[in-house]
Amino acid sequence: FNLFCRKPKTKRAKRFLEKREPKLNENTKNAMLIKGGNANLTVTGVLKDIYAVKKPFAVLYKRKNITRPFEDQTSLEFFSRKSDCSLFLFGSHNKKRPNNLIIGRMFDYHVLDMIELGIEKFVSLKEIKSSKCPEGTKPMLIFAGDMFDVNEEYKRLKSLLIDFFRGPTVPSIRLAGLEYVLHFTAVDGKIYMRSYKVLLKKSGCKIPRIDLEEMGPSLDLVMRRTHLASDDLYKLSLKQPKGLKPKKKKNISRDVFGTTYGQIHMQKQDLSKLHTRKMKGLRKRRAEKSAEDGGATPKMPKSA
Amino acid sequence: MAAVRVEAVLAAAEEQEAEKRRSVTVEKELELEYDLGNLLAVDRNPPVALRGAGPRREELLRALARDNTQLLVSRLWELPVERAGGAGGPLVAQLPEPSFRLPREKPRPKPRPPTRWEQFARLKGIRRKKKTSLVWDEQAKEWRRRWGYRRAGGDPSRAWLAEVPAGADPDEDQFARLRREKRERVARNELNRLRNLARAHRAGSAVAAAPLHPTGHQDRDELRRVARVARVSTASLGRFQPRLPKESAEPPSRNAGKKRRFEPLLGNLAAERSRQLELLRDMGSKKPVLDITRAVNKQLRQDEAEAAAANKGKKQSKRGKRGRRQQRPGRSGKKSGGRRQPQQQKRAGGGTG
Repeated sequence: FNLFCRKPKTKRAKRFLEKREPKLNENTKNAMLIKGGNANLTVTGVLKDIYAVKKPFAVLYKRKNITRPFEDQTSLEFFSRKSDCSLFLFGSHNKKRPNNLIIGRMFDYHVLDMIELGIEKFVSLKEIKSSKCPEGTKPMLIFAGDMFDVNEEYKRLKSLLIDFFRGPTVPSIRLAGLEYVLHFTAVDGKIYMRSYKVLLKKSGCKIPRIDLEEMGPSLDLVMRRTHLASDDLYKLSLKQPKGLKPKKKKNISRDVFGTTYGQIHMQKQDLSKLHTRKMKGLRKRRAEKSAEDGGATPKMPKSA
Repeated sequence: MAAVRVEAVLAAAEEQEAEKRRSVTVEKELELEYDLGNLLAVDRNPPVALRGAGPRREELLRALARDNTQLLVSRLWELPVERAGGAGGPLVAQLPEPSFRLPREKPRPKPRPPTRWEQFARLKGIRRKKKTSLVWDEQAKEWRRRWGYRRAGGDPSRAWLAEVPAGADPDEDQFARLRREKRERVARNELNRLRNLARAHRAGSAVAAAPLHPTGHQDRDELRRVARVARVSTASLGRFQPRLPKESAEPPSRNAGKKRRFEPLLGNLAAERSRQLELLRDMGSKKPVLDITRAVNKQLRQDEAEAAAANKGKKQSKRGKRGRRQQRPGRSGKKSGGRRQPQQQKRAGGGTG
């Protein structure tokens, strides 16, 4: 709120503030990847790999930040406000919770949802020797398993993961550029995340045959604690502003054959003043008329 | 013969088509759910094959991923395509709007309330006049901007002449006056801007509790009202609340703070009876309710009082407090005499209504 802040004096500052204020169509969500107090190799490896996947819409903080997100959310909110990031991934490690990863999102710079996941197995980008796809590719997301629809926590996790990995919203996409797919499977209480590079092979028809090559980071995750937003706060965050709905064009209807119909509304017309076609030949001539009337009437003006 | 051959040919053609498509078709129990705007596919089939698998898990996962990706890509290939960037550009598919509902990053933008000027302009129907960005400057003989760096009117700080206006003091420093007025204008504009911002902020968050917080500038009636509200805001609605030292010890009336009072329905039966009888008597009597002589006298006295007040305003009264105090008993007498009439009328109206 700008009452006690000075208004921006340069155009650059004004643009900076305008980028961060609430809008009809929002910016792509940025993610911040933070290391916790005791972050071991696995956890730092995971953060680095996910940073590589999410570039340029992510910031990786290199220093360790000794906070506990589940107890105190103020430092997370401070970081979010400063860097304008609404998604975060916090990695830490201690004896009680080894290889801990907290994935979460913010609404209005306050924590909305947080889910704590434990990393059971991690295979990094470097360990898998294969060709990688270019940075910034929009990945295809696939969720398999009925747990993602049955369990409430898994539902939120699915929504969180989609939010995290989906990237910018684009109106059109190059079909040959669909190279990256992230596949999440929920089985036996675990969540398997695998990333593959897509190879489009020729098939007999228009649709290519897909072959997958394992490429990117692969994670085996276990759900630990959760801190989900209350229902009404979640509903409030889902609400879209009214300007986004396209305005319905009225008075247009189509029939079965595809003809477009519309109604034209006319004002009431004075039928006596209508101008119709004048047939000159049908007009009564002056001589004939005086003969009819017996010559007594004076010359009458011709009426249309 | 020919018919059989045609059928055989068609069947063979279909077989070929099916062959071709076999490499890209995938059999699934439940159809996947697609959100092509997000490049998303959700597979609801329970992963039975994966439940027991130990060492073969990676292969099974990969096979499942391949099947699902094949289905998603088939759907994506069915979207309307065009060539981006002319004839030689890459093939590009038009994605629909994302349908999966995700929470927003920031709350919805609120339309800011109109400023004082905007309200006035809307009331009067004043619309913005489109102004050109450049103005012709006669002195400099070129097009200069309307305001800002190198504006059309010449640099105000380098103005070497300031005319003394008609009614001004000849000894006054005109340059100082211009500078002071500019400072005042800037300050006034800043004040109005802050007021508009405060109004916008206040409209956003309902700050209805403002009068209940002590500011330094509340008068006695406001404070009494606030104290009454505070007393009633307990769980037992103020019934067991101890009185403040200087508060009057009367039970709170139902009509406290209201302008109209409504009598309770079954309160005073005797009063109601007398009221109704009086009403009937007034309706039945031939005497008119409005006493003409009294009304005329009242009007005359009112006119005299107005004239006296106008005169008093013109000349500063030398009588002062004592004189005004002497005047008062007479005036109050007039008022009470005149008041009896409207009160009677009111009660009559209350009786019928």
